[in-house]
Amino acid sequence: MRRPRYRLVVDPIACDGAGVCAELLPEMISLDPWGFPIIASGEVPPGLVELAQRATVSCPRLALTLVRLDG
Amino acid sequence: MNAPTGSTRLLDGLESKGTVGIDAHLARWGTLPTLGSRALLEAVDQSGLRGHGGAWFPVGTKWRAVAGGGRSKPVVVANGAEGEPASGKDRFLLRRSPHLVLDGAAVAAAAIGASRVVVHVTADRVADVERALTERDARGVDRCTFDVVVAPDRFLAGQESAAVNTVNGRSPGIPSFVGIRSVREQGVAGRPTLVQNVETLAHVALIARYGPQWFRSVGTHESPGTALTTVTGLWDTPRIVEVPLGSTLGHSLGIGPDKSAGFQAALLGGYGGGWVPTATALTMPYTEESARQHGTSIGAGVVVLLPTGVCPLAEAARVIRYMEGEGAGQCGPCVNGLDLLATSFEHLAYRPRSLRGGVAVLPTLCGLVEGRGACRHPDGVARFVRTAVDVFGDHAALHLSRGPCQATRPVLPVPTAAVPAR
Repeated sequence: MRRPRYRLVVDPIACDGAGVCAELLPEMISLDPWGFPIIASGEVPPGLVELAQRATVSCPRLALTLVRLDG
Repeated sequence: MNAPTGSTRLLDGLESKGTVGIDAHLARWGTLPTLGSRALLEAVDQSGLRGHGGAWFPVGTKWRAVAGGGRSKPVVVANGAEGEPASGKDRFLLRRSPHLVLDGAAVAAAAIGASRVVVHVTADRVADVERALTERDARGVDRCTFDVVVAPDRFLAGQESAAVNTVNGRSPGIPSFVGIRSVREQGVAGRPTLVQNVETLAHVALIARYGPQWFRSVGTHESPGTALTTVTGLWDTPRIVEVPLGSTLGHSLGIGPDKSAGFQAALLGGYGGGWVPTATALTMPYTEESARQHGTSIGAGVVVLLPTGVCPLAEAARVIRYMEGEGAGQCGPCVNGLDLLATSFEHLAYRPRSLRGGVAVLPTLCGLVEGRGACRHPDGVARFVRTAVDVFGDHAALHLSRGPCQATRPVLPVPTAAVPAR
């Protein structure tokens, strides 16, 4: 069975710019001038999936989600 | 009851003023044929009809997605919210030919297996729709039920999830984040929901009667048919014109090279669309594909010709500030980014020497908002700004070297906050 592939999605309505995600996953998330996350598009590299998972559960607004790329 | 042979379709029979009542409607177009769901889906697929609310999404693809969206019975929303200040074609259609729209909604319901249609229109069109529904009731023409819901008077009211929120009585006119689950799966009352623009539905009413081959006899392969277009700036008041897709606006509007000199540029697609040189607007094939190649969209069929003698930067600045104020105020990048974009553009228009970093800051700011909202509102504003910077670049350079223009009378329609009702 193939390893599942993921992308990161932020719900911009729920997000209030706490910035925790950018601290936990700087490889994929930077902050704009107002402190809101800019997420790298495309697949989360397999080596980062676990860290990305940690970033999603650490978001105080639960605004960050890992979404399966292939159904 | 013959099919229109030329490129006047939706406007056929609307030459004289007044509403086409049910008798005149049936006399002109005949009754709707009773076709099953599969035949209707196939007809709409083959017609190549695309959505005229602004996105130009293939209608057949959307219908199939909703029809297969879940186990519960879907709902149709006939969307006439028309929040774009420079658009009037949906209101025109709802007043003059409401039965064509309602026919199309009934066809959509039959195709996707819905029994409920919600007609979502501005307050000034509720009476028109209710009168038409009363006439239909008396004739017993419909199998589905119709409700009328008033769309709030704001730019975003017609956005798909905002319309569903209005119908659900929760955050009216405010979009939801649908990045994970769209209204096609879960919309009105939690049911799979088809939100379709009223003009699109009027085209559906004719496709159901005359078939996809007839529909394709006008237009291009990718963009068949005609498009109702609201044209501002050419006459004393805006007018609704039915443009055969793929033809040129110069031809449809009767503007030759002599007359085009009176305009500085054209706005295609409204306030979420973009500016192009007048010659481009008048000579490119009028389709969504060519508009996109020129960095804009034909959107909901909005064309504004900007006359010479007004400051294009002041005109754009007013629109950008209006669009900033029309944001839902939900997403951080949009709230902060559009305000800074509007302020920076106001500097360029009125106080050019206070624009730090010069004109180049504007596209940079656009990059900070694009793709970062729950809806596409910031993307539309960014497109408006980017194309304004491109098309009015020489004028911007003049502002920076010599200072701003003298104030002129506003041309682009922008509702003022003090007068909420349009």
